[in-house]
Amino acid sequence: MLAFRTNKLTPHIALLPMALTVLVAYIGAALWTFKTSFTASRTFASDNFIGVAQYVRLFDNERWLLSLHNLAVYGVCFIIACMVLGFLLAAFIDQNVTGEGFLRTVFLYPYAMSFIATGLVWQWMLAPGAGIEGAVRSLDFTSFSFDWIIDQELVIYTIVIAAVWQASGLVMAMMLAGLRGVDPEIYKAARLDGIPTWRVYLQIVLPMIGPTVATVFLLLCTAVVKLFDAVVAMTGGGPGTASEVPAKFIMDHLFLRSNIGLASAGAVTLLVPVLALLAPYAYARSRRQRA
Amino acid sequence: MSETTLQAAAPTRFDTAPTARRKRRLSPARIGVYAFLFSAALYFLLPLYVMIITSFKSMDEIRSGNVFTLPLFATTAPWQDAWHKVSGGFWNSVAITVPSTIVPILLGAINGYALSFWKPRGANLLFGILLAGAFIPIQVMIYPLVWMMARAGVFGSLPAIVLVHVIFGMPIMTLLFRNYYASVPHELFQAARIDGGGFWRIFLQVMLPMSLPIIVVAAIMQVTGVWNDYILGLVFAGRDNAPMTVQLNNVINTTTGTRLYNVNMAATILTAAVPLAIYFISGRWFVRGIAAGAVKG
Amino acid sequence: MSNVHLRKLCITRGSNQIIRDLDLQVEPGEFLVLLGPSGCGKSTLLHSIAGLIDLADGAIEIGGRDMSYADPSERGIGMVFQSYALYPTMTVEKNMSFGLRISGAPKAEIQRRVRRAAEMLQLESLLDRKPAQLSGGQRQRVAIGRALVREAGVYLFDEPLSNLDAKLRAELRRELKLLHAALGSTMIYVTHDQAEAMTLATRIVVMQGGRIQQIGTPAEVYERPANRFVAGFLGSPSMNFVEGQLDAGRRLTAGVLSLDLPPDCAAPPGAVTLAVRPEDIHLHDDGPLQTTVTLVEPMGNHQVVWLDCGGHNLSAIVHDARILAPGQAVRFAIDAARISLFDQDGSRL
Repeated sequence: MLAFRTNKLTPHIALLPMALTVLVAYIGAALWTFKTSFTASRTFASDNFIGVAQYVRLFDNERWLLSLHNLAVYGVCFIIACMVLGFLLAAFIDQNVTGEGFLRTVFLYPYAMSFIATGLVWQWMLAPGAGIEGAVRSLDFTSFSFDWIIDQELVIYTIVIAAVWQASGLVMAMMLAGLRGVDPEIYKAARLDGIPTWRVYLQIVLPMIGPTVATVFLLLCTAVVKLFDAVVAMTGGGPGTASEVPAKFIMDHLFLRSNIGLASAGAVTLLVPVLALLAPYAYARSRRQRA
Repeated sequence: MSETTLQAAAPTRFDTAPTARRKRRLSPARIGVYAFLFSAALYFLLPLYVMIITSFKSMDEIRSGNVFTLPLFATTAPWQDAWHKVSGGFWNSVAITVPSTIVPILLGAINGYALSFWKPRGANLLFGILLAGAFIPIQVMIYPLVWMMARAGVFGSLPAIVLVHVIFGMPIMTLLFRNYYASVPHELFQAARIDGGGFWRIFLQVMLPMSLPIIVVAAIMQVTGVWNDYILGLVFAGRDNAPMTVQLNNVINTTTGTRLYNVNMAATILTAAVPLAIYFISGRWFVRGIAAGAVKG
Repeated sequence: MSNVHLRKLCITRGSNQIIRDLDLQVEPGEFLVLLGPSGCGKSTLLHSIAGLIDLADGAIEIGGRDMSYADPSERGIGMVFQSYALYPTMTVEKNMSFGLRISGAPKAEIQRRVRRAAEMLQLESLLDRKPAQLSGGQRQRVAIGRALVREAGVYLFDEPLSNLDAKLRAELRRELKLLHAALGSTMIYVTHDQAEAMTLATRIVVMQGGRIQQIGTPAEVYERPANRFVAGFLGSPSMNFVEGQLDAGRRLTAGVLSLDLPPDCAAPPGAVTLAVRPEDIHLHDDGPLQTTVTLVEPMGNHQVVWLDCGGHNLSAIVHDARILAPGQAVRFAIDAARISLFDQDGSRL
C-alpha cells in the first residue's frame, strides 16, 4: 500500500510540524515579544529601542500594579482552597463510600464547562439583590448583605469562589488517581499499628503522592497566571478596574489601547514566575527519572 | 486438642483497653465523611440548579421571586430567544472544533509515535520545549501570531483559528500519545521492524489501530478544550467565525438595557451543553484523560 | 505467646460465603501454616484473625480474650504483609517505631524494642535507610521487624516470601525457622507453596473452598493425607493416582497393576483409588510389575522417571545415576505399606 521507503530522515521529516511549531510559534513568538518589550511600539511594532523604559512605565502604572496585587491574592486563595478541597474530596471518596461514581461526576462536571459559562452563572448568583443576597433576604434576614461583586476590595474573592468551584474537581480527580497508586496493604499495616485514619493520610499517604501533588500545584500555578476568561465574564475587570488581572491588562493594551510595547513588557513579566516554577520542577523530574 | 487454654500475658499496650463490643456499622467518623461530601455536592450542584430553573422562568417571576425557587409557570420562551441569539456561534463552534480535533490528534499521534519508538536526535529536547510552552501564558505568543497571520492574509478566517488550535493543542496531544506508546511493549515495535515495516507502515498498520483508547481520550479532551476556548476564538476567529463562547459573552455582557437573566442562563446552558453532554456520557474516559495527561506529565 | 481459638467462623463477601463454620485451635508457641491454592480462603482467614475483615458470624479468641470485634491494633498481634507495606517516605527505624510512637509509648521503651528487633534481624546497619534503598530480602526483614516490635502474642504472615526469587526465598525460610526457634512465639503463616509449609510448620492446615481439609503435622499430612485433594496437593512431583478394585482378599487390581495390601489395612472391598508417592515406587530388576519408561527428568541429586503402565502415567523417583532411556522396559515394586486408598468421594479409607 505505501511505497515510502524509510530512511534515516523519515522520523525527522515526520516531526517537522512539531519542530516548526516549537521554533516559530513558541520560541520565535516569545523572542519577538521579548524584543518588542524593549521598543517603543504602539499600534505597530517598531524598531525604536528604548531600553527598559517600558518596564519602568509598566511598574508605574496603577492598573498594572493593581492587577498584580489581585493576581497574588487570587493565586494564594485559589491554590490553597483548590488543593485542600480537592485533597479532602479525594481522600473522603477513597473511603469506599457508596455512590462514588455519582459523587465523582458531580464534583468534576464544572471542569467540563467553559470559564465564560462559569463566570456568567456565578455573576448571576452573586448579583446583589437578585442572586443569593436576595434569596437570603427573602427568608427574612433583611439585613443580610452579600454584594462582594460590586465591592472594590472584595470582588477578587468572588472570582476565587467561581474558580475554585470550577477547578477543585480536577484537583480531586488527579489526587484520586494518585491515591489509587498507593499499595492498599499500607492501610492495613497502618491499621495494625493502630494509626488513626487522618494521620495515615497526612503523614504516610500524602508524602507518598508527592509527585502528584507537585504536578497539581504546577498546573494550578499556571492556571492562576492565565486567568482571563472568568474575569471577562464575571466582572469585566470591574467595578472600574478593581478586578483587573495581568492577562486582561496585556490583552487590553495589545488590542484595545494599542500599546504593544507596554503589553509585551507585561507579558515578559508574567513569564518570569512561570519559568521560575518550571525550572526546578523540570530539574527535579529529570533527577528522579535518572535515579 | 487440649482443653485448657494457656492464659498468655496480655501484650503491653500504652493506651486504651481492647474493645469487646460489636463494631457499629456507622461510626461518627463515617457520618462526618458523608456530611462533608454531601455539603460539597450541594456547593457543586447549586449553580447547575440555578441555571436550569432560571432559564425556564419569565422575567416577571425572576423579579418577584428569589434565585432558588422553582418556576411556577415554566416557559420555554427564553430558550427560543437564546437559541436565536447564539445559534450562529453554535455552528461556528462546530466548524472550528471538528478540524481542530482531527488535526491535533493526528499530529500528536505521529509525534508521540516518533518520540517513543524512533527517538531521532534532538527530538526530546524539542518535546521538552513544547511541553514548557504549554505552561506559558498565551499573551507571550499571541501578538506575533496575529501579525504573521495578518501578513499572510489569513487572519480572521477559519483556517487561522484551526491553525492556532493546532499550535496550542500540540503539547498535550503529543504528551498523551507519547505516554501511551511508552506503555506499549517495545518488543512489538521490534517485531514489526523485523517483519520489514518502515516508519509509516508501522504507524498506520500497527500502532494507530492499537491506539483507539487514547484517541477517544484525546478527542474528548480536545473537543472540550476547543469548544470551551474563549481567548483564541476572540482574537483569531474574526466576527464571521466567532465561536459560541465569544458570542455568548457578547450577548450577555455587552447588551445595554434590561438584562434578560432567563435568556442569558438558557444561552449559557446551550453553550455548555456540548462539553457537558460529552462529559456525562463519557465519564470514565474523561477522568482517564486527566490521569493520563497529568499524572505522568 | 498466645493461643488462638476460632469458633464456627463465617465470613462473607457480598453474597459469597467464603468461609463457613470453621473451627480451629492454635496452640501457643506453634508455627501453624495455612496451606492451599489461590482462592481457598486462607488469606481471608488470616485477615479476619487480624481484624481487617469483619466476621459474619462466629468468634475469635486470642490469648483467652474475645477479640471478635476488636480493632486490629488491639488484638495483640503483629502482621507481615505480602508486599511488605513499608512506609516509603520513612526510614527503617521510623517504620518500625511509628506504631509505638502513635500509641504514646515512652521513648526508652521504643528504643529498646527497636534495637532488639534490629539485632535479631541483622538490621542495625540499615536503620537510617529508606525502603527504596533496600534489597527485597532486607525489606522483608524490616517488615518482620515492624511486627516484632509490637511484642505480640501472635504473629501473622501473609505469603511474605512470594515476592522473592527462589534462592532468597530458601534463605529467608531458614531464617524464619530460626527466628521461631529463638522467639518461641505463636506464628500463623499463609502460603500456597507446599515446600514452604513442610519445612516451616509444626502443624499444617490444608484448605480448599473455604473449608479445612486436614490439620496435622507435616509428616501426618504428607504420609496419611485425609482426602484426595490433600494427597494431590502435597509432594512434588505429585502423588500418583490409579483407579482400581479391592477384593475381599485384600488384593488390589488397577489395570495391569496388582498389589497385595498389608493385613492391617481396614478398607472394605469395592471401587477404590490407589495413591502412591513417586518415592514409594522402586525400580529394580526383581520387581513384580512391568512397565515402560516414557521420559526421564534429571534433577541433579535424583531423577524423576515417568512410566507408562498399561495406560496409566506414573512418576517414580530414582536416587542413583543409573541410565534410563525412553522406551526402555523396567520392572518395579510399590511399597504397599506406604500407599493411601481413597473411596469414590475422595476420603481416606
